[in-house]
Amino acid sequence: MVAEAEGRAGATGMGRTARRVSARGRAEALRAGMLLAPSLVFLAAFTYWPIGQVLLQSFTIETFGSKEVSFGAGNFERLLADASFSRALVNNVVYALGTIVPSVVIALALAVGLQDATRFNATLRTIVFFPVLLPLVAAAALFMFVFLPGIGLLDYYLGKLGADNTNWLGDPDLALWSLIAITVWKNAGYYMLFFLAGLQSIPLDLYEAARIEGAGPWARFRRITLPLLGPTTAFVLVIALVNVITQVDHVVVLTEGGPSDATNLLLFYIYQQAHENYDYGKAAAATVLSVAGLLALSFLSLRTLERGIHYEA
Amino acid sequence: MRRADPSALLALAALSAVVLVWSTPLLWMAVASFRPQNFGGLDMAALWPDFVPTLANFVEALESADFPLLYLNTVIVCAGTLGVQLVTVTLAGYAFARLRFPGKELVFYAFLLQLMLVPPILIVPNLVTITRLGLYDNLVGAMAPYFASAFGVFLMRQTFRTIPKDFEEAAIVDGATWWQLVWRVLIPLARPGMIAFGIVSVVSHWNEFLWPLMVISSPDNQTLTIGLASFTRGAESASQWGVIAAGTFLVAAPLLLAFALFQRQFVNSFLFSGVK
Repeated sequence: MVAEAEGRAGATGMGRTARRVSARGRAEALRAGMLLAPSLVFLAAFTYWPIGQVLLQSFTIETFGSKEVSFGAGNFERLLADASFSRALVNNVVYALGTIVPSVVIALALAVGLQDATRFNATLRTIVFFPVLLPLVAAAALFMFVFLPGIGLLDYYLGKLGADNTNWLGDPDLALWSLIAITVWKNAGYYMLFFLAGLQSIPLDLYEAARIEGAGPWARFRRITLPLLGPTTAFVLVIALVNVITQVDHVVVLTEGGPSDATNLLLFYIYQQAHENYDYGKAAAATVLSVAGLLALSFLSLRTLERGIHYEA
Repeated sequence: MRRADPSALLALAALSAVVLVWSTPLLWMAVASFRPQNFGGLDMAALWPDFVPTLANFVEALESADFPLLYLNTVIVCAGTLGVQLVTVTLAGYAFARLRFPGKELVFYAFLLQLMLVPPILIVPNLVTITRLGLYDNLVGAMAPYFASAFGVFLMRQTFRTIPKDFEEAAIVDGATWWQLVWRVLIPLARPGMIAFGIVSVVSHWNEFLWPLMVISSPDNQTLTIGLASFTRGAESASQWGVIAAGTFLVAAPLLLAFALFQRQFVNSFLFSGVK
């Protein structure tokens, strides 16, 4: 604003003003640099540098018993040949779809159903939100009992309905779905909050107008609520995507990837390679692929969803 | 108004069913932690408290893990992380909201990169860095990757933008230097944003597990989640489900209690990022 005013003063002392503006601009840039420096130092150390570092490490091949290293795609070849890795990749896709779709649908349904500010609704919202505050490790500890064959919460009550005992975490066909259930339980309340906020920004007269024109509740939801929640949905999907890739605490506590890799997820695989097998080359290669995938996916999802956001004023 | 509508009643029933299912694990935790120990008895899953409540499970949980130390370490990690974060995000947030400088957009995107490439995905290279810095098995090592926060910078930038420039201009007219301006005018006005960020930060670091698990090796430096995980493993093999429930209760209680007391702030701060 100051620069604009000085620019307008123009004609009389053009050269002098321009110099003053650029000096002021430089001072401002310097100040900005000082304010950004603390953040940039830590970003450089723990985000940018590690990316370079992990790229380098993924192409570095250490020879056993000597200090010499060579460079090549060997780590990636070993990684892609590892059946556990491809299993983890497939599992992660199933896990992502299996958790994101139900948790977003449930979150949206709860938000729409509980949006009116009554005391009853507030209580229900609180109950659904509680798991969000629980550490994933604590959720896993609770679900260890929920899934306990025979005497656990699930089998105890299903048994009263006449069902047989199930080995929820030990059966390779079921274990991943059991973990999916934990994640849906834990995250739906979080996503519900965003939908509740999104709903508040939809003008009520839109619904009124639709009602006058004879639109039923379902039509109003499809034609007004859903399109206008586009930006919120995009945002929630991106958060959910980051969550399914970066949160594997329940795998560590409950299954350690088993039985027979049925619950191995990418980040757990990376953790296992680095922390248990000390195979840093393979861990680095897996990290590089995950980072690339994460960037590509988030870019794609934002792009695709942007098309559905025209309604935003 | 629409109470008589059958489809509305059906929707209400469906919602109640979802909420009922949602509440059972925590309800079980509350009931089981006060249930007298019966060593793997068959009614362990019963949700109805048909017993005289006892603190035996809590006593045993407190005896089998060093909870005071775990609490202390977790508080140190949360407070240390948040303390540094508040400095870095406030400064950078202000720069992005108010100052003009070359390459601003590019730098902003460089910050936003961290929203996607969150520290958990970079555990392998970060472990190397932390070890080289001599911070392995040190609580500072558990905090350091989070000292810069793209989310926080984004949030503070939005907050500073909502503060009218008049306040700053008035202070400048009064002869305040720029840092007096930040300290005396902007930070007090930006407090809601800082509180919102603080709540989100504390919740996520209170609950964090994988990174501390990798960086921390000695029992003296363990945080609550790590303690709970190893404690759970021990109690599981002894089928002490009541003790696990009590331990989980102890770990989760501070945040659940804080939520019950400051519900509005909690909800608002979790929503802040959704406002855009």
